Amino acid sequence: MEETHIETQPQNRLEATLVGLLFVFLAVGMVYLGSRGWLPRLASRHGAGIDNMLIYLLVSTGTLFLAGHFVLGYFIWRFGGQAKPSHRLSSKKVERNWSLVLGLIMTLVAEGGVLAIGMPVWGEYFAAAPPADALTIEVTSEQFAWNVRYPGVDGQFGSISPALIDVSNPIGLDPDDSIGNDDITTVNQIYVPVDEPVRIRLRSKDVIHSFFLPELRVKQDAVPGMTIDIWFVPTESGQFELACTELCGLGHYRMKGFFNVMTAAEFDTWLAEQSS
Amino acid sequence: MSDKDLGFVRRYIFSTDHKIIGIQYMLTGFLMAAVGGLIAMLIRLNIAWPGKQWAFLEAIFPQGMAGGIMSPEFYIALVTMHGTIMVFFFISYVLVSGFGNYLVPLQIGARDMAFPFLNMLSFWIAAASALVMLLSFFAPGGAAAAGWTAYPPLSAIASAVPGSGMGQTLWLLAMALFIVSFTMGGLNIIATVFSGRAPGMTMRRMPLTVWSYLVASVIGVLAFPPLTAAAIMLLFDRHFGTSFFLPEGLVVAGELLNHQGGTPLLWQHLFWFLGHPEVYVLILPALGIVFDVIPAFTRKPVFGYRITVYCYLAVAALSMIVWGHHMFVSGMSPYSGEYFSVMTMVITIPSAIIGVNMLGSLWGGAIRLKTPMLFALGLIAFFGTGGFGGIFLGNATADVQLHDTYFVVGHFHFMIGGVTLLATFASVYFWFPKMFGRMMNDKLGKLHFWLTLVSFYCIFLTQHFIGLAGTPRRYYAFTDYEFLEGIRGPQMLVSVAAFVMGASQLIFMANFCWSLWKGKKAPINPWHATTLEWTLPSPPPHGNWGAELPTVERWAYEYSAAEAQDDFTSQVVPASQIPATF
Repeated sequence: MEETHIETQPQNRLEATLVGLLFVFLAVGMVYLGSRGWLPRLASRHGAGIDNMLIYLLVSTGTLFLAGHFVLGYFIWRFGGQAKPSHRLSSKKVERNWSLVLGLIMTLVAEGGVLAIGMPVWGEYFAAAPPADALTIEVTSEQFAWNVRYPGVDGQFGSISPALIDVSNPIGLDPDDSIGNDDITTVNQIYVPVDEPVRIRLRSKDVIHSFFLPELRVKQDAVPGMTIDIWFVPTESGQFELACTELCGLGHYRMKGFFNVMTAAEFDTWLAEQSS
Repeated sequence: MSDKDLGFVRRYIFSTDHKIIGIQYMLTGFLMAAVGGLIAMLIRLNIAWPGKQWAFLEAIFPQGMAGGIMSPEFYIALVTMHGTIMVFFFISYVLVSGFGNYLVPLQIGARDMAFPFLNMLSFWIAAASALVMLLSFFAPGGAAAAGWTAYPPLSAIASAVPGSGMGQTLWLLAMALFIVSFTMGGLNIIATVFSGRAPGMTMRRMPLTVWSYLVASVIGVLAFPPLTAAAIMLLFDRHFGTSFFLPEGLVVAGELLNHQGGTPLLWQHLFWFLGHPEVYVLILPALGIVFDVIPAFTRKPVFGYRITVYCYLAVAALSMIVWGHHMFVSGMSPYSGEYFSVMTMVITIPSAIIGVNMLGSLWGGAIRLKTPMLFALGLIAFFGTGGFGGIFLGNATADVQLHDTYFVVGHFHFMIGGVTLLATFASVYFWFPKMFGRMMNDKLGKLHFWLTLVSFYCIFLTQHFIGLAGTPRRYYAFTDYEFLEGIRGPQMLVSVAAFVMGASQLIFMANFCWSLWKGKKAPINPWHATTLEWTLPSPPPHGNWGAELPTVERWAYEYSAAEAQDDFTSQVVPASQIPATF
């Protein structure tokens, strides 16, 4: 017989033990690394719901991750020294039952998470209109800045036109429209009062950008040709960073803005200063 | 016809032999992987030390690294090309086209693919497509820089980013060519499986590898053509003044553009209608191959053969209707968002069952930890890990925080990068003896495996955590933000681990090349496996079988049958000698 049996010699038991242990150590190490608090601090009302969703998923999938690696390591250790298989074919029933068990686990973990924890948050903040008294702020993104506009005392935005855009008029405000005369504009600086609903009206002049406030758990693409409203309630005062999370060109990594959350009194003072 | 009648060119270059074409695809893919891998090293170099001067790199990239410092536009071009090359020109070529071509006819007992000439044509179109993609680097303005997803308007307007000049046009042409070639390849595999099976090779006797290539090809043929259309539409937007993806009132670089009526979201829908099924086109063959590697190293049949096939079909069907989970924060309707969340979570069920069937295939086996088996075991771990990340991202509520962060980068590298990479290595180590008649070195293989596995965990699990911290992807540097200060240490760990992983691939290259000439001579069936290719000489001759096709008598997993003397029974051993399981 020309064939050698070299490639199918029985497994060295020690090696199998080490390989099994390595898989387990890798998993334990990674869970240890992951259990550090990685999320940025929380500063919005709906963000608590998002964090609940994330923590539920971290705990449930972290458990499955550990369990899976333990099972893998255990099988390698336990069966790594056998010269012959101790089990050959499972019955159809056993195969079917394991499928049902896994189907049930995934339904609970994955689908259950979406339906029980995720969907209520989504429905309340993303699929619902903002409260009528929400402060409306228009944010028009461009390479690589955030143009911010408040409606002013009349509560209405003046009309704009892309044809009017130039260096001194970055969003194309129409000077002939009297409604726009009291509009307040800033660049890269957004000011809002704490604990009040804020509606951000997102637009984009050139390419797709994404409005990301990590601490407030807010992220929404700004798409040219579309006006997209989002709303949320900041719950902490302070200055938060605004980052772009959709690749928008060579300055993507430094398209930074600031989201300043202040007390109602401070905000009113700021607004009055801008209006005068 | 014997291959001795053919000249060198018809035998090895313009060959119609599926085995040669498979190897051509494989080598082309590995070449592209070297390019994509080196790009990854440059990316990690810049993230570890942003803006640092590397004088020697200026000689290689006079424009992108002028003064030895990487420019932001060069950085995003590298990110774009790394993703494109790895997904479409490495994994697709090696794992799907390469091993698909090599294995499918052999494992079903066919002499060749159903359409050998079409097969040759698809390889040469693929080669041309790879060449056009690489030419993108030499275009004025540099390579395409709008990400591998090429979202317009960034990819549509030349003044939006330097890479959106000729570089992006070449990128789109290359993608269109790639899809033409890949669709021809997919049709060929489908036709071959349905028409080329040897007598007795019923569908339920096919190895899971063949099943996975069949299902992957069906998804590919259905899902890929829309992106060809989209790529051509985007070319028209760029060069012929149409507005499929461009709305009214765009002002780019201070200039008002004359477009109206289009929407950037249309591209995203078309791209992900391809993009998501593409993941399964790559993943399913990886899973199929592992189901065939495992039994050879446990000496027992796989667990849950038929349920696995059903799960393939379920995953395939579901993969076509979940693309919107890439678009939760795109501006798409939030109601669609919930639909896509719920459907995406359904996919976790067949995927988890496939995972448990892999683990079940180990139960009670006589496990032997040869190199291909180690890669298969690593793949089981990766498939689980990648799947768990997917549960986060498929959930719209969680995705609000994670979308377009490093969490996504870590997740898809485990799936479309890791699972497929480990399957590619498992396949090479497993079928190398059949392809080239020599064994690869097992000790070097094991070293390669451990270095790859451990560094992979360090890189891509850490990226999940960095993503939880909110780190956006495709950032040239992370120095501008206070909230990212805490991630600089972990980013350094990722970069160092990436260099280790990159360097450990040199071991593989050395082992591959050394074994081609100096490897131990391989017997016909070194692993004592049961499928048809292991009954043929190594390498198998042109036309594969002699005068008579093999007659298949049993399924592909007849290991340790009670009545047999050996612990494996080839699919061609008559059922009258040793009773067949089925």
